[in-house]
Amino acid sequence: MPVGAWTSITHRVTGVFLALGIPFAVYVLDLSLQGPQGYAQAVAWFDNFALRIAAVALVWSLAYHLLAGTRHLLMDIDMGSLLPAARASAWIVNLAGLALTLLAAAALL
Amino acid sequence: MSGLRAWLVQRVSAVCMLLLIAFFLAHFLFDPPRSYPAWRDWMATPGIGIATSVFFAALLSHAWVGVRDVVMDYVHPLALRVCALTVLGFGLVAIAAWVARILVQVRP
Repeated sequence: MPVGAWTSITHRVTGVFLALGIPFAVYVLDLSLQGPQGYAQAVAWFDNFALRIAAVALVWSLAYHLLAGTRHLLMDIDMGSLLPAARASAWIVNLAGLALTLLAAAALL
Repeated sequence: MSGLRAWLVQRVSAVCMLLLIAFFLAHFLFDPPRSYPAWRDWMATPGIGIATSVFFAALLSHAWVGVRDVVMDYVHPLALRVCALTVLGFGLVAIAAWVARILVQVRP
C-alpha cells in the first residue's frame, strides 16, 4: 500500500478510536471534579497498567490524527500537495506519530 | 449539513482544537494541578470554563462530521444508515449536555 493511502486510512481509523474515547474522557473529567475522593479515584486509574497501555494507545491515536489532520489542512492551502512532497509528509506523519507515542510510553509506562 | 458546510465545520473545529490542545498541553506539562482544590479552582476559572466549552463544542461537531462521513462511506442500506446517524446525533447531544452539567457544577 502506498504510504499516502496508509496515512489516509489510519487517519480515519484513529478518528473513530478518538470518537469512541470521548465518553470515557468525559467520565474521567466528571469523576475528577466530583470532590477529593473522585479526584483520587481518577488519579488512581493511572496506576493500573492496562489503563496506562490504553492511555498510550490513545496518545498514538491523538498524535497521529493531529499530524495527519495538519497535513490535510496544509494541503487545503496548497502546501505540499504535489506527489513527492505529499509522500514525504506522509512519512513524517507516521514517524513523528511513532516518536511522540514512544515519548508518552516512556513517561507513562 | 451540506457538503461544503460540513467541510468548513470540520476544518474550523480542527484549527480551534489544535490551538486549544496546544494550550492545555502546555499547561499540564509546565504547571500541572497537584491537588484536588488546585484542579477544581483552575477548572472553575471563567476563562478555562469558556475554553473547555469551546473545545467540546469543536470536538463534538468535528466528531459529527467525521463519523458521519465514515457511516456514509460504509453503511449503505438506508434504514441502517438513518439508525446509525440518529444514534450518533443523540449520543453527541447527550455528551454535550453532560459536559455542560459538569462545567456548570464546578465551583471554586
